[in-house]
Order: sequence, then C-alpha cells, then structure tokens
Amino acid sequence: MSTANRTPWFIPVIYLGGLIFGFGLAISGMAKPEVVLDFLQFEDFGLLFVMGGAAVVTGITFAVATRHLDRAPLTGETYRRRLKSFDRNVVVGGSIFGVGWGVSGICPGAAYASVGIGNYPILWAIAGMFLGAYAQGYWRSRHSTDAESVTETPSD
Amino acid sequence: MSAFVSLLALGDLFPRGVLPYLLGGLLVGLGTAVIYLATGIIAGASTFLDSTLSYVSSVERFNRFKYVTSRGWRLVFTAGIVSGAAVYVLVSGSGVWTTDVQWWRLLGGGVLVGVGTRLGKGCTSGHGVCGVGSLSNTSLVNVATFLGFAVGTAQLVQALGVAP
Repeated sequence: MSTANRTPWFIPVIYLGGLIFGFGLAISGMAKPEVVLDFLQFEDFGLLFVMGGAAVVTGITFAVATRHLDRAPLTGETYRRRLKSFDRNVVVGGSIFGVGWGVSGICPGAAYASVGIGNYPILWAIAGMFLGAYAQGYWRSRHSTDAESVTETPSD
Repeated sequence: MSAFVSLLALGDLFPRGVLPYLLGGLLVGLGTAVIYLATGIIAGASTFLDSTLSYVSSVERFNRFKYVTSRGWRLVFTAGIVSGAAVYVLVSGSGVWTTDVQWWRLLGGGVLVGVGTRLGKGCTSGHGVCGVGSLSNTSLVNVATFLGFAVGTAQLVQALGVAP
C-alpha cells in the first residue's frame, strides 16, 4: 500500500484498533504468562475462548467484507482473507514458536500488552523476540537461494 | 444432582471463569476488525519485529518493501496495544502487575518465539486469529503445530519442577 493515498484518519484508526486489541489482551489474561502457562498445563482452559472468540469475530468480518463490501474507505484496498502459502517453514516455525511459547508463556501481541499492565520483566521476552527475529532474518538473508526468494515474495 | 456435579467439573476446567476470556477474545477480534474494515489491512503482531528491525539493520530481509512501507503504522499499532492494556489497568483498578516467571525463561522463550513466528509466517494473532478466521489451511496447520509443541513443552517444564 502506498503512503500517498492515505487519509488523515489512517493512523488514528490503526491506533484505535490497537487500543481495543490491547485492552482485550489485558482483560483476557493473555498478557500474564502465568495464565497462559496454566492453560498449557491443562489447569485453566479459558484461553480457548480468547482465540476462539477473536477468530469468530474476524471470521465473520472477513466473510462479510470479502463478499459484500467493495473497497476499504481509508486506503482503497480490496478486502482479502489471510491466506499464506504452505511450506516446510510453516511447520518448523510453528514448532519452534510452540516450544518458546511453552517455555515463556508469551507471544508477540500479548508481550506488548504486558508492557501496558506494567510488567517490566516482560522486557526480557521482548528483547528475546527481537534477537530471535534478527537471528532468523540474518540467517535467511545469508542462506536464501534465488529459487527461495522467487517463490517467497508473492506470498510471504 | 448429576447436573450439579457436571457443573462443578466444568468449574474445575475454568477456575477463573469464562467471561473475561470470552470478552477479551471478542475485543481482540473487534480491534482487528476495526483496522480491517477501515483499511483492508490484516494486522498481525509479529511482523512488527521485522519491520521495526528495518530502522536499525541493513540486513536485506528486514528492508523489503512491505516492511519498510508498513513499519510506521506497525509502530502505531503496537503503541495502541500497549496503551489499550494500560487503559485496562486504569479503568479496572487492578493495579500494576508483574510476572514471577524467571527472566531466563522469558528471554530464552522470547528468542524461540522470535525465530519461530518469523520463520512460520505468523503468531497467535496472525495465524491463530486472522488465519483461522480466514479458514486458511496453512494457518490451521501452524496453529495445531504450535499448540501441540507449547502444551508438550509447558508440561515438560512443569514436570522438571521449574516454577514459576
């Protein structure tokens, strides 16, 4: 999306969306690693309602917008579903993320929300996430073959 | 009587109740929907890592067009998430909260989360909420994979006696 055709409402709406998103993460307990770990240890299944409730709302929104709405008012973009190509990295990355989530009880969005509830030790996790993202980006910049970059660009 | 017993068993599964979780989930979905309906953007939380690294790194991967052009609004989105959680603390009167989970778990787990979400093309919000909401097979496989590994890992860590 080019920045030229953005309206003055673009940034405030992104901020408002983030605000509601972060408020939701805080009220759901996802911003607390202990609550997430309780879920993963089968002591509190409430988290099923967080991902489930959120996916139902986005699912209805995506379905209605892609079928019945024309273009997004603030950008002129067409509405699409989130469809990423499948390859080995989806499984390998998911496994690594799963181990990290199980060790720490923290995922990206929830970590940012955790800062908002004053949980300063979470900065360890955020520093870790940036280190990990940097390491994988550096490694893939070094090791990507031409074939990989060609097949990746349209979907990733 | 049997209905009462099964209600108790249900309560065991949800010691903190269901309402805060459900309300939180609906709001997470609503925040995503507000951005999507206004802009067509499907906002995930983990791309922020790559796009923000483009400010400080010359590594080619972080300086892709899609990261550089989106890094500004992704900062705003993340600032919104932080402020939204802070607003919750203010209106709920719950007070500031800090975790007892040890720093090395947060750091080590964070590194793996950083590698895994970027390699796997998304996280709990990208694949788990938006991808599942799109009924994307790729996302459903990713979510099943990370849930399985997270449960296994958390149980193992607990069995090893690491707490908190």
